[in-house]
Amino acid sequence: MFRNKLGTSRFYIVKKTEVSYVNSLALSFISLLCALFIGGLFILCLGKNPFTVYAAIIEGAYKSARTGSYVFKTIGYAIPLVITSLGVSLAFKMKFWNIGAEGQMIGGAILASYFALFHADMPHWILMIVMLLAGIVGGGVLGIVPAYFKCKFGTNETLFTLMLNYIALSFITYFKDGPWSETRGFPGIAKFAENARLDVLGGVHIGWILTIILVISVFLYMRYTKQGYEISVIGDSLNTARYAGMNVNRIIIRTMFISGALCGIAGMLQVSGIEHTLGEDIAGGRGFTAIIIAWLSRLNPFICVVFSMLFATLTQGCSGSAMLKLGLSPEVAEILQGLILFVILAFDFFMQYKLVYRRREQA
Amino acid sequence: MNAFINLLAAAIPSGIPYLFGTTGAIITEKVGNMNLGVEGMMWLGAFFGFYTGLTTANLVLALLAAFVAGMLGALIYAVLTVSLRANQTVSGLALTIFGTAFANFFGLRMVEANGGSLPKLPDSLRNTLSEAEIPLLHDIPYIGKLLFSHNILVYLGILVAIVAFIYMNRTRVGLHMRAVGENPATADAAGINVALTKYINIMLGGGICGLGGVYLSMAHFDGQWQIGCVSGQGWIAVALVIFANWNPIKAIWGTLLFGIFEIIRFRVEWLHIPAAFCDMLPYVITTIILIVTSMRKSKERSQPKGCGNNYFREER
Repeated sequence: MFRNKLGTSRFYIVKKTEVSYVNSLALSFISLLCALFIGGLFILCLGKNPFTVYAAIIEGAYKSARTGSYVFKTIGYAIPLVITSLGVSLAFKMKFWNIGAEGQMIGGAILASYFALFHADMPHWILMIVMLLAGIVGGGVLGIVPAYFKCKFGTNETLFTLMLNYIALSFITYFKDGPWSETRGFPGIAKFAENARLDVLGGVHIGWILTIILVISVFLYMRYTKQGYEISVIGDSLNTARYAGMNVNRIIIRTMFISGALCGIAGMLQVSGIEHTLGEDIAGGRGFTAIIIAWLSRLNPFICVVFSMLFATLTQGCSGSAMLKLGLSPEVAEILQGLILFVILAFDFFMQYKLVYRRREQA
Repeated sequence: MNAFINLLAAAIPSGIPYLFGTTGAIITEKVGNMNLGVEGMMWLGAFFGFYTGLTTANLVLALLAAFVAGMLGALIYAVLTVSLRANQTVSGLALTIFGTAFANFFGLRMVEANGGSLPKLPDSLRNTLSEAEIPLLHDIPYIGKLLFSHNILVYLGILVAIVAFIYMNRTRVGLHMRAVGENPATADAAGINVALTKYINIMLGGGICGLGGVYLSMAHFDGQWQIGCVSGQGWIAVALVIFANWNPIKAIWGTLLFGIFEIIRFRVEWLHIPAAFCDMLPYVITTIILIVTSMRKSKERSQPKGCGNNYFREER
């Protein structure tokens, strides 16, 4: 429709060969403003003042109450988003559509919880490391399985990883209702012992240090290592990778292990650092949000941090008391997220293509 | 025998929401677009259909509202992926996030407006939607109970699937639409308006998904709004497309099978299978089917070749 209209008029769509960094940054900024504007229109339709609502969101996410815990909560919310989006980025870089981050988080969380619940008598730091490794294995295995079938039989990875999300989720229900349920007539899994909880450093659980380390490592891994290079070659052209003699299957499986492992780490941090127990909302859609963050940041780890903070601000801000006073429920956060996404997706067009005005040749 | 007939008879309506979703997704994928927004479009249909039914007590208007809501959701997706060539996976996910949140937000407001209790459809509409036994036909032993004792939307679902099959395989526009899905460049060269075909079919598919949503909100829970009335059915529908091999007629059998899985959990208590594993069953089966169909790799595998990629004329 659009093409046709343009085809007959004097505008032509041309693919941009190169986008300067400043240009793309400016476009991102404009698209964000545009998204906020459209979100504002939506708020206006609800009969509220957009400025009051945005102020309430900021207040809900950052205002320091007496304890100053709002900011820390927002950062705490952003941590799993950052790590998971790093994991997803690695898979996306090789055009492996891993949308199973949710399930991989859960996998890590379940395995880590096992040690927290049944082996909490280890020395604290050893237990933490064991739980971290458990998170890596739990997430990594859920990453490897679809990768293996993709390589072996060409099984569609999008749907496979999607199904694993639900299968993993059902396992939490199983453990909660059955073998791991608290015996004292309490439905659900017991809170972790103090020994199995992550330490708090500067208001947020210590996972934030790990997050910074991971962001930098993934950046370096993707940019400066042989394995990172292999990933991007596979993403650009599978055939090139094959001609160059790369063992494509091994690389895909290896990368999906890392991708899943990162998500698993996020799951482990979530159970051990925030929830202190295992529940069905342990991933709570963060895996899906992370996919979007990864894509919006163009798989750049540092920009992942920025977008994670943005989404954390939206979510935390919308569940704050200031929003409740305005009579808006937390779902507003997701509606705004959706709108912002639509706008940014639309603006992405201008990143890759430009409209050229050409005078029609006089015949 | 009777128990078995009862099981099957109960499975048919349980599978119908999937059937709508799957048929909608098949049409969308056949034209070359993988829309992961099925869940979101079902939510939009569920809310708008229910709300219209609540206020007008008119079934046709409610269905129409659900169809249009699903269609508008699909329109957003179509603008993004067809005109603006945005990534299909992310656009679909965005649609799911948006549709789910939108319907839940306004669903909550609807509950608030009802004084905090879950609103119920007017009695007249609930009667129309209740299981009706078709006279005479219903008296045929076994088959009568199995086939002629359902609510009207069940028949609509099966009808939609059959019509979709005829549309895609037996009509000229259907042929055009499949050509676009297989190879847009060739279709373009043959003079088919690729973008227009995509828009129409993506929106058609979205509308049908919306009908699946309104089935869940209006018929599945006895005409009472449920906070989580759509809960993952859209995702299963996306997976069922593969099970049905992109064929709406096969989708009828596939969704019947999934309907059986869905209700079997209430009937196998004597097996002592934990409920969680029963919930898991549809997903496990889908995964197994995914693997098996990819292993077979036969010519039958009819995923449209162009599915998932956006078409850009200048890039041919």
